[in-house]
Amino acid sequence: MTHAATGHHTSMGLDNRKMAFWTFIGSECLLFGSLISTYLVYKGRSVVGPYPPEILNIPFTSVSTFDLLMSSLMMVLALAAVQRGDMKWGKIWLFSTALLGLVFLGGQVLEFTEFVHKGLTISTNLFGCTFFVLTGTHGAHVAVGVLWLLTLWVRALQGKLGPANAMTVEITGLYWHFVDVVWIVIFTVVYLIQ
Amino acid sequence: MSDTRGLASWLTTTDHKRIGLLYFWTALGFFLIGGIEALVIRAQLAQPDGHIVSAETYNQLFTMHGTTMIFLALMPLGASFFNYIMPLQIGARDVAFPRLNAFSYWVFLFGGLLLNASWFAGPLFHAGMLNVAPNGGWFGYANLTERQYSPGPNIDFWVLGLQVLGISSLAAGFNFIVTILNMRAPGMKMMRLPVFTWMTLVTQFLIVTAFPVITVGLAFLTFDRFFGTHFYVREAGATPILWQHLFWLFGHPEVYILILPAMGVVSDVLPTFSRKPLFGYTVVVYSGVLIGLMSWGVWSHHMFAVGLGPIADSVFAGTTMLIAIPTGVKIFNWIGTLWGGDIRGTTALLFAVGFIAMFIIGGLSGVSHASPPADLQQTDTYYVVAHIHYVFFGGTIFGLFAGIYYWWPKMTGRLLSESLGKWHFWLQFVGMNLAFFPMHFIGLLGMPRRVYTYSPDLGVGTLNLVSTIGAFLIALSILLFLVNLLRSRTHGQPAPNDPWGGATLEWSVSSPPPVYNFSVIPTVTSRLPRWTTEHHGPMRDPPAMPPAPIHVPGGSWWPLVAALGLPVMALALLTHTLWVAFVGLALLIVGIYCWAFEPFEV
Repeated sequence: MTHAATGHHTSMGLDNRKMAFWTFIGSECLLFGSLISTYLVYKGRSVVGPYPPEILNIPFTSVSTFDLLMSSLMMVLALAAVQRGDMKWGKIWLFSTALLGLVFLGGQVLEFTEFVHKGLTISTNLFGCTFFVLTGTHGAHVAVGVLWLLTLWVRALQGKLGPANAMTVEITGLYWHFVDVVWIVIFTVVYLIQ
Repeated sequence: MSDTRGLASWLTTTDHKRIGLLYFWTALGFFLIGGIEALVIRAQLAQPDGHIVSAETYNQLFTMHGTTMIFLALMPLGASFFNYIMPLQIGARDVAFPRLNAFSYWVFLFGGLLLNASWFAGPLFHAGMLNVAPNGGWFGYANLTERQYSPGPNIDFWVLGLQVLGISSLAAGFNFIVTILNMRAPGMKMMRLPVFTWMTLVTQFLIVTAFPVITVGLAFLTFDRFFGTHFYVREAGATPILWQHLFWLFGHPEVYILILPAMGVVSDVLPTFSRKPLFGYTVVVYSGVLIGLMSWGVWSHHMFAVGLGPIADSVFAGTTMLIAIPTGVKIFNWIGTLWGGDIRGTTALLFAVGFIAMFIIGGLSGVSHASPPADLQQTDTYYVVAHIHYVFFGGTIFGLFAGIYYWWPKMTGRLLSESLGKWHFWLQFVGMNLAFFPMHFIGLLGMPRRVYTYSPDLGVGTLNLVSTIGAFLIALSILLFLVNLLRSRTHGQPAPNDPWGGATLEWSVSSPPPVYNFSVIPTVTSRLPRWTTEHHGPMRDPPAMPPAPIHVPGGSWWPLVAALGLPVMALALLTHTLWVAFVGLALLIVGIYCWAFEPFEV
């Protein structure tokens, strides 16, 4: 935490935590890459239904996707506000980002519940296995992000988050945008290209 | 700052040197356990129709031997040097994230204990002792490892243990990458890094990219075993080959995760004891990077017997033969370093040279199964067992022992006995060749691996007896090594800053180094800062007393608390108890939050 605050010298001129996060994101790419590849390898191999076209609700998920995209916009605004020391708007945007994340998670809960009602569970067929594990892993990442954003928001309410912690917000943003980008890929691969 | 003595100081330590020592002793303990498992296996196979252990016990022994040696002995022994030596080599006072470093160690310890607890956990699952240890082989092929075919908790221990250990390696990977890239002393350019540090860096990149893949493979298996998914269930339309792809996509980089650190050690040891700079430093570094990159393109050579088709087989045969080139380049560079050098035959040098010789044999047998037709004859025979042991024992272990004899004085302030060391080397060298060389023939004569006993008609009784004698010679040599380690604590000569005349920064500070490492951060002007070269004289070592007070980060309990959450969550799955999972999750979350908000200045 002190690194960013004091502008600690580093060999590459990049903050230690930020560099660690970039390597973490690189690692996460392999994680989601493996999950998405498995989804693609097993596409069309389910021996019993329900099959994707019968069950995926593209309009509904498009709204969720839009919601998550907008949360990334809020995140950008939050970082900009914290960087210029405008903590009033910093708090508002941080909370909005978390709120939109929560809305996305709510959408996922609704979607999962509906699928289960229509007879698709994690153990029904290969589509169920790969779909729930892939989107569930993504959802877990969103949940961690929401928790993180709310933590920052509470710190801001307590007056413990200011421009000196802009790097912390920036790293949160890195994570949040990454999770968003992963969703764009999942939305394309799972929902749009059937 | 917290106390520097007592149990609490070790439980809360964030000092890379102490964490390095913790890694060392823990890994050594697991190495001994894995070795004892090997001895029981060899005793069983000493003669035909052996009946010391049952087939069921034998399955657990070879699975735990492989898993223990790879994940609990070789990787963490390497990590012990990454921790202790690498920050010293780059002129840093600690790693980038000292508490994350402690977290990595504790997760490793708990993962190792979790795996080994399986030996005694039988009664918890209404079975006897020695009944529920993992028994699916170290690469745990699906669908043998599915609940349908492996109903007991054996594979559960394996899956969950490896998952926990993966988190440890990943956390350490991020930490070391940032440390090497970002914490170098002024003037320590990338192309001035000691080769050990370079190979550490390549290894960490392999870890952070390869481990997510096994994480996913293991997660699928976990879901199949606990939550009724069908990722590897053929009847549901899935293919068990997916496991093989995911496992070996991780598994082949893993081979280089194990060997690159040893190559790094050897590249530092040879110049010191030849009094010559490493021959072709740049080429050695780039070969290491190239090996790292190419290790991603060879995984299917583990799967020639699957029948992936002629195109896939040809491509992977080609890439596998290609990866031998940068490896061969390194071997010539090491020999070139020795050539014309002022050689001192210390134990460390003997192990380094032993590494080269043994690794050449392992490399050659490796190339021999790069060819699919030859590989089909060798797959699942003792020939493969011979190969893996020439690479990991002749390679990694010899390299790591070179590192231990080289850096032990730095880490403890005591020199090891050279005469005991040489006895250790020669016994181990003879023992290893007796143990593993006959396995080439045993395999080609038709003995499959992983069978708990064999018939006298196979005609491999004598060869197996020789192999067993070799294994016990190795055990004797390791015993001598342990005597040497323990003896050095009381009888070892006190080590000066630089007992060997080394060129790199770790030798410029006291042995063991002060808690802050460098009283003054050195400025580096060459690749061999402590040697005289044509362009400049040796650097001045940092003064013994710091000219100004140095801030040293204190200890923290939270990495330990957070780490404890992981085995507890694994326990919840093992015992199917939900509330235990919440306890584990709570430990993890409380640990992380207290960690994030405690005052801690690096």
